Amino acid sequence: MVRLDGVGLRYNNGPLVLEDLNFALAPGAFRWLLGPSGAGKTSLLRLLTLSVRPTTGRLSLLGVPIEQARRRDLPPLRRQIGMVFQDFRLLPHLSAFDNVALPLRLAGRPEGQLRVDVGEMLRWVGLMRRAEARPAELSGGEQQRVAIARAVIGRPALLLADEPTGNLDDAQAIRLMQLLAELNRLGTTVVVATHNDSLVARHPGRALRLHEGRLTEETAVSVTGLATPGRRATDRIA
Amino acid sequence: MASLRPRGSDDLGLRRALSDRLLPLLVAAMVFLAALAMAGAIAAAGLAAHWRGGAASLLTVQVPQPEGRAEAVALVLEHTPGLTTRRLDAAEVADLLRPWLGQDAARLSLNLPAVFEVRTDPVTGPQAAQFDAALERAAPGTLVERNGAWFARLVALAGSLQACAALAVVLVACVGAAVVAVAARAGLAARRDAIEIVHGLGATHGMIASRFAGRVTLLAFLGALLGVAMAVPVLLGLASLTAPFQAQTLAAPAQDDPGSLFAALPPLLWELLPALPVSAALIGWVTTQITVRTWLARLP
Ligand SMILES: Nc1ncnc2c1ncn2[C@@H]1O[C@H](COP(=O)(O)OP(=O)(O)OP(=O)(O)O)[C@@H](O)[C@H]1O
Ligand SMILES: [Mg+2]
Repeated sequence: MVRLDGVGLRYNNGPLVLEDLNFALAPGAFRWLLGPSGAGKTSLLRLLTLSVRPTTGRLSLLGVPIEQARRRDLPPLRRQIGMVFQDFRLLPHLSAFDNVALPLRLAGRPEGQLRVDVGEMLRWVGLMRRAEARPAELSGGEQQRVAIARAVIGRPALLLADEPTGNLDDAQAIRLMQLLAELNRLGTTVVVATHNDSLVARHPGRALRLHEGRLTEETAVSVTGLATPGRRATDRIA
Repeated sequence: MASLRPRGSDDLGLRRALSDRLLPLLVAAMVFLAALAMAGAIAAAGLAAHWRGGAASLLTVQVPQPEGRAEAVALVLEHTPGLTTRRLDAAEVADLLRPWLGQDAARLSLNLPAVFEVRTDPVTGPQAAQFDAALERAAPGTLVERNGAWFARLVALAGSLQACAALAVVLVACVGAAVVAVAARAGLAARRDAIEIVHGLGATHGMIASRFAGRVTLLAFLGALLGVAMAVPVLLGLASLTAPFQAQTLAAPAQDDPGSLFAALPPLLWELLPALPVSAALIGWVTTQITVRTWLARLP
């Protein structure tokens, strides 16, 4: 599903922000992505969404080796990857509805079908009544929920979320984790980057831990939220 | 191809990024110039054809003190092969000279020369030197004016006017393409974030480029229609000004008769004017596709 071999990344001849990453995710796996601010979590997720290309090493996504992929193979690949960005990246001039509908329209879904799905998704994130609002008219948490809805509506094979609970209250965060767990159960590979220790504590699962651009360990996180190296946890999330 | 939106919506925000003001007006100005240049090229071509066809091989033979001598010259002209000759009568000669002598050339009792209009066949007609010598022998002092040389110069002039006008059309097309490219780049810069987001969601280059190209093509087409609409009255005005000079070839248009208004411009121009909006749209589409795809090639 995802495989990194000695992957490094630098931005415009700057220093390496990611260095020698080696790991693989099986289809249907779940990983927390943990590490202090500036460790490179967002950068790693950018690699996994094909927003940047690795500077060194080999990356393969959904079984496609990226270095050898032809340009025209990338858009269909991107459509199978859902991403909740830390800064949401919604289209400012489109309504919440149209933002959420975007992945389906890109996939060529007919308008008739798509209205039902988008409506359902907006209801699920509690934004049915804000469907026509533009992002600027929404609160931070509402924008985040639009971003989440947009990421999952296309039923991606790989779902990446960068601080997806940053602007959510506890109840919403719990609902989001339930959604992610459900998608994971249905076979979606999920990676969630977060600083939110209590969230991780409530949903123990395996974690990728980054420190200054290096993967320090691949650990299981126990129910207490403490890392317990050596113990092999389930690949899924509870 | 999948569209990014339901019909009529504008997911890349191009309605504001590629505004409906500046680009159409610039295209309109460009098309206006192109229409004038085209009309110029066609007029020059018409003049060249007129001069080349009608009058290229025309000679004027003047015999001063024509008494007795004019007949000798006429005889030579008659017996030289490859000539068609016509002697102008006294009234026509007076007509020719009126600019110099005024209305009453006859009353001045001047001894007007005899004038022959001679058409030479370029193949079977006589050599210039031999011909002049033969006339000189028949009547010393006979003048041969070779209008052909003047016509050749006029034809060359008209030819270069035509080339300049054609060059102007080409330049206008190039400047138009550059204007479109600049507008497309400005649109790309203004919608950079939106494009990157949509690209990240899996939009192909083709989808994004066709969204830009669609908008630019529409704006260019509308601008070009405006340009043609501005050019037609100007061209008709110019045509009515030049009509008296072309009186032999074109009936002077009566302003209130739409049929003759239509006839005031060469048919070729009427055929080419509708091609201007189509060409503008085509240039807009191709240029935008190239510009946007080149820009997109930098994205990962
Ligand atoms: N576009 C960029 N250009 C240059 N440097 C960048 C860019 N984005 C991130 N960096 C640098 O890369 C390093 C890792 O940043 P990244 O955003 O991946 O960290 P993070 O783990 O997501 O942090 P946080 O938890 O605060 O979101 C930082 O030192 C940052 O300054
Ligand atoms: Mg980050």
